[in-house]
Amino acid sequence: MSSSTPASADQPQIGTARVKRGMAEQLKGGVIMDVVNAEQAKIAEDAGAVAVMALERVPADIRKDGGVARMSDPDMIEGIINAVSIPVMAKSRIGHFVEAQVLQALGVDYIDESEVLTPADEVNHSDKWAFTTPFVCGATNLGEALRRIAEGAAMIRSKGEAGTGNVVEAVRHMRQINADIRRLTTLDENELYVAAKNLQAPYELVKEVAQLGKLPVVLFSAGGVATPADAALMMQLGAEGVFVGSGIFKSGDPAKRAAAVVKATTFFDDPKVIADVSRGLGEAMVGINCDTLPETERYANRGW
Amino acid sequence: MSTSIPTIGVLALQGDVREHQIALAEADALARPVRRAEELAEVDGLVIPGGESTTMSNLALAFDLMEPLRARVAAGMPVYGSCAGMIMLADKILDGRDDQQTVGGIDMVVRRNAFGRQNESFESEIAFKGFEDEPVHGVFIRAPWVESVGAGVEVLAELPAADGAESRIVAVRQGNLLATSFHPELTGDHRVHALFVRMVEEAVRTRA
Repeated sequence: MSSSTPASADQPQIGTARVKRGMAEQLKGGVIMDVVNAEQAKIAEDAGAVAVMALERVPADIRKDGGVARMSDPDMIEGIINAVSIPVMAKSRIGHFVEAQVLQALGVDYIDESEVLTPADEVNHSDKWAFTTPFVCGATNLGEALRRIAEGAAMIRSKGEAGTGNVVEAVRHMRQINADIRRLTTLDENELYVAAKNLQAPYELVKEVAQLGKLPVVLFSAGGVATPADAALMMQLGAEGVFVGSGIFKSGDPAKRAAAVVKATTFFDDPKVIADVSRGLGEAMVGINCDTLPETERYANRGW
Repeated sequence: MSTSIPTIGVLALQGDVREHQIALAEADALARPVRRAEELAEVDGLVIPGGESTTMSNLALAFDLMEPLRARVAAGMPVYGSCAGMIMLADKILDGRDDQQTVGGIDMVVRRNAFGRQNESFESEIAFKGFEDEPVHGVFIRAPWVESVGAGVEVLAELPAADGAESRIVAVRQGNLLATSFHPELTGDHRVHALFVRMVEEAVRTRA
């Protein structure tokens, strides 16, 4: 996997773990926005998004419409790829490795194996090592994050609860992941074996996290960010960047809100900047109270 | 300021800031993030990290950092740019956003995302002028290349021609400005950062 094979040292190598994880490193401090057409993708790029997530319906509409949510139409994804110069991500269903193969063939820059779509396999996630295209996956705690990394995920996002405009679950998951990491760093080496058992994660990854004090891949936040202050909150809680789904294009003035969220993400620790960019943004998306959501409608429960 | 340890900023609008700060620290510089004009005024040199060049350009304009950056470059401050940072240092870019501005300073034309999309991102050994004993391990991520350079620009590394493709310039230096298409900050080999720290030390000495 590394560069140490002498026979191929002179040959360029694609799809390595370093190239996949390194791509996510380049997105840090940035905002990745859900878009459903080329026009929205341009608005996102103009506002300073580091990447866009191409999908047919934003999570708020997936919730409203119900039914099975699947990978987007290749024409629509290609339309977005052709419209912008920034990286384009797209979602496959959990365990639907053929949708992932299609997305790789279309040339998307990152695949999100996402709980927002209806899972295709309730036992297995896709084997992400089998792809050249890197994957991002959601997690609600450290064990889940490390299982995804063991399967080849090159980036993790806390799940939150997509399509609600309510940041409470994003906060819960980010705090949980970071609390789990902090706890590992306090353990004696002998205690890491049981920690791995309890986390249901590979010992080698558990040991690596205990040593690094962070995940071995980039950690973003997702699911419920609707305002610049929400984005800054997630950054102050330890996110390395932010996904914004329905929050932008379900609001009153998407272009202005998008630019404001980008600025608040960069200056997440400067309340004066956050105050400034929060003025006159128009209506935020309406939002849903997560405690009124039935268990079966909670996307965060999908994936394991 | 003319002590032995120079202070080097890392432009922290967006990108892999942390990795550059670690690389600079290991190359014996004091590294700190720069997001504001006041912070820029306090550093002896600057790294523009990898990241998304359209985002960096957008934020540099929105927070009134573009002109101070150009002024410091014009005044001779050493700057090193990797990937997006190379784009930011180019006098002219191709395949950028229509109204995308750069800091400029190096007389070169840089083509954005020239090596292709993420699926074409790669790692490769590269011969690098000055590091003849061992090649540099280049990590290229949606990387740009240098399409052409002016007379005052020294080419430090080229990716040799292969499979019918032309050779491509991937590292250059002009005066106090250094740029690479690839990401030495992701490899643990800090020779490029050490070279830049020496450039900053030299500039500080000359100024003193």
